[in-house]
Order: sequence, then structure tokens, then C-alpha cells
Amino acid sequence: MTEEIIIAGFGGQGVLSMGKILAYSGIMQDQEVAWMPSYGPEMRGGTANVTVILSDERISSPILNQFDTAIILNQQSMDKFEKTVKPGGILLYDPNGITRHPSRTDINIYRIQATEAATAMGSAKTFNMIVLGAFLKLKPIVKMENVEKGLAKSLPARHHKSIPMNMKAIAKGLEIVEKV
Amino acid sequence: MKELKLMKGNEAFAEAVIRAGVDGYFGYPITPQSEVLEYLMAQKPYERTGMVVLQAESEVAAINMVYGGAACGKKVVTSSSSPGISLKQEGISYIAGAELPALILNVVRGGPGLGTIQPSQSDYFQSTKGGGHGDYKLIVLAPASVQEMADFAGLGFELAFKYRNPVLILSDGVIGQMMEKVELNPQISRRTDEEVATECPWATTGRPKNGPRRIITSLELDSAKQELHNIKLQAKYKQMQDNEVRFETFDTEDADYLLVAYGSSARICQKAVQTARKKGIKVGLLRPITLFPYPSEAISKLASQVKGILSVEMSAGQMVEDVRLAVNGKVKVEHFGRYGGIVPTPDEVVKALETKIIGG
Repeated sequence: MTEEIIIAGFGGQGVLSMGKILAYSGIMQDQEVAWMPSYGPEMRGGTANVTVILSDERISSPILNQFDTAIILNQQSMDKFEKTVKPGGILLYDPNGITRHPSRTDINIYRIQATEAATAMGSAKTFNMIVLGAFLKLKPIVKMENVEKGLAKSLPARHHKSIPMNMKAIAKGLEIVEKV
Repeated sequence: MKELKLMKGNEAFAEAVIRAGVDGYFGYPITPQSEVLEYLMAQKPYERTGMVVLQAESEVAAINMVYGGAACGKKVVTSSSSPGISLKQEGISYIAGAELPALILNVVRGGPGLGTIQPSQSDYFQSTKGGGHGDYKLIVLAPASVQEMADFAGLGFELAFKYRNPVLILSDGVIGQMMEKVELNPQISRRTDEEVATECPWATTGRPKNGPRRIITSLELDSAKQELHNIKLQAKYKQMQDNEVRFETFDTEDADYLLVAYGSSARICQKAVQTARKKGIKVGLLRPITLFPYPSEAISKLASQVKGILSVEMSAGQMVEDVRLAVNGKVKVEHFGRYGGIVPTPDEVVKALETKIIGG
């Protein structure tokens, strides 16, 4: 199994930490992982994106031109990454703020109303975990117990009290993701 | 179960440096290697092992602190990115001239000048062909993974002390910034003063009771003596070439074509090899791990087997010169690169192979 994922959105949406939690979850089940962020000026106000690869084998390139799954969280990222999904792959997006929706017919497109759900849950911080939940519904590549372990590894100890809330947000994402 | 961590290349290097029993780190922040200094400051190794971590007033100050520490037989290290490494070149030449062990990390960004903060490999000439003035060589290690960023800290010191020569780790923004799984070595204690005195009889550890004073210098005004010193240095570099060449190959056994690439380009090329083989192109990859000494012999041997060689580097074409020297006209050698901070994709490499080598 090799899963090549791009997660892209605004800086501050938790794109990088979502990727990190996914990568740590992979380590917890003995997989090879790579996490390659965009870095530098494009993080300020513009898009932030991260490539995450989980594999049972040694990972070759952390730089990719095509992905099994694209998780897209703003319009700029939609414009940039819709075309990079492999035919038959998955595009998962939050429609909040999206004006030009994805139009490809050779890929599977899913929607997650994560901005709305995070507001309903009363914490904007749960946004990225709702999205992660949606992804795990579509691609259950890591076990939920390993996601919880991954969260514990990824978050500093002072934030461990927020793990139950994060797990609740992941469960919410699993529940509300919908096919377009 | 062994302890596995998810770390950035820069962080893995910094942690490995602490665990290698290093005495001092001297640096100055610059993207994309600032995590080295940040991580060290956050870890406070001065409380754990007594290791000094110092943000110097400039890169020039940092490399001269390394020079001073190395002269005393201490394990010392500095890191920077391209423009900062340029500033350190005078000091590096002095350290090489004075035959001192030291470890230097360059997390390369695009140039020339201040250039860009994005990844590049355009410092190959600077690293392998001098950089500073005079006839000297650094041992140059090129990591291609976060694990190697950690492993080469230990290996770098081993080689630096074995040859009393500075070792350069030539990394780049991709390897420095990406996170991968890494397994770290256990903590080695820092050497005691007695151990330094025994293991480094050349070090300036105080005026000896018997015997001559120890002087560390790169200055010799008597040209006859300076020529002898140069002859000795060249003999040492020859020894490195005989003993320290490191490289790895992928899918070369049946290869009709060969890619040569180091560091992050080698990772991209591995994927390119997989893609090309799916299209029926029998291509392999040779990854130099040491850039000096260069695996010329291995490339020369493969040149007798393949129909063409593509050197892939995030530069306008630097390492390709060493590939051509090794191949010596036996087969066609071309360069493919993106530069100025642009990282090529695996598909671009396959296309370059098809157009420049197979169809060209």
C-alpha cells in the first residue's frame, strides 16, 4: 500500500498539523512516512500545502506531480491541485469559500462541510480534524487507535487534554462527508 | 521496540549532533536551516551534556569559533545555508589548511546572491572544487533522507577526526524541511580533557611539560615548507579517494540508461526510474553519497554498460562535469536540472531522459 496525498489550504487552517498527525499515525502502525511542506513566503496569507506519503515500502520521491488524494481547503488550492489528482483518485474539499467547484469527471469528488461543523461544535480548532475524519472515511489507511496515538505523539503534552475533543471531531467528519 | 521519531531533517541533524557528544555548536540563523539552531536552543543541551550552543554575531564569527574549538581538539559544528556558507569560506580554507576536524552543514537554497529560500543544489562547485582559496578538499557527504541527516552527523565526525579534515554535509531545502521517520543513536558522552589529550596529541590543550609547544596555524612563510605541507595534504586527499568513496545504485543490473543524482534529486530520480520502467525503459540510478571523493570508478564501469547517462541536479549543470570526467567520452552524457528554487518532478526527469538521451 502506498497513499500519496496533498493537503492544501490557507496558512492557519491546520493543514501542516493535520499532515503531521496522519504521518505519526502511519508510524504507529509501522509504515514508512514522508511529510513535505511548502515553506517560506507563500505561507503568509497565501496557500500552505503539505505532501504526505504513507507506504509499506521505502518511499522514493517526496516531490510528486500526481496524487491519490487531494484535500483542498481554499479556492487557490482548488485551482492549483484539482488537475494533480490521479484518474480514479479522490478529491475531498470544503465548499466554504469555493466559487469554482471541481469539474473533473474521471475522479471521485467528495464534500466535507467542515467549517460549518467546526462552528457548530463551538471550536474553530476542530476544523482540520473534521477534515481528517472525512478523509479516513474515504481511505481508512490508518486505524483509529493509531490516529489517537498519533495525536498524542504529535501534540505537546500540555495539549493532551484536547485529544478527546479532536477524536470527537474526527468522528464528526466520518459521519458527515458526502459524495458529490 | 526501538524509538522512532518523526522529525524534520534539520531537527534530526541537531539531535544527532547532541547525541554524538559534540562540544559546541556555533551558528547564525538563515532559512531553510534555522531549525538546527532553534531545535538546539529549545533542547538546551548545555543542561544535558554540557554542549555549548551559541548564536554568533555573524557567520564569519561562527566559523572562526569552530576554528578555535577544533584547534583545542573539541568536536565542533556549524550550519548555514548557501549565502551564509559563502561567508564561511575563508574560515573553512583556514581550517583545512591547519588540518583540523570540524563538521559543517549546508542546507542549500537557490542562488546566486541572496537568491531564494527554496531548495537548490547549485553549491556543488563551491563544496567540491574549493569554495575558499588554496588547494584543499573537504569530505562532502550528501544525505538523501532525514535518517541520513542524523546518521551523517556521526559519520562526519568519525571522518573529520580520522583525517583531521573538515567534513561538509551538503543537504538542501527539501531534506532539511521534510519530516520522515528517524531512528536515533544513543547518547555518546562528551570526551573528557584527558581523552582529548590522548586522542588529539596535536591539540592546543596547554603548554606540554616536555616537548615543543603546539602551534595551530595555516601560515607558513617559507615556501619550501609550504610546498611540503601541500604535498602532505594532497597525499591525504588521495587516501580519502582510495578509502572513502560511498554511493548506492538502484536497478542498474539490466539498465540501458543511467541517471546520476545525489540528495533530494536522487529521491526524485528513484520515482522517475519506477515510472520509466513501467513505460518499458530500462533505466537505473547511481546516487553518489560522497561528492568528494566522487564515485568516478563506479560511473566509469556503468558507462561501459549503458547507452547514455543523464545527470540530474537542481542546478544549471555542475555535477555533470564530474560525470563527464568519469565517463571520458565513452557514452553520451547530458544534464537536466531546474534551478533558482524550483524542484523538478519525477515526470520532468522521465521526459528529459526521453528527449535528451533516448531520442537525442
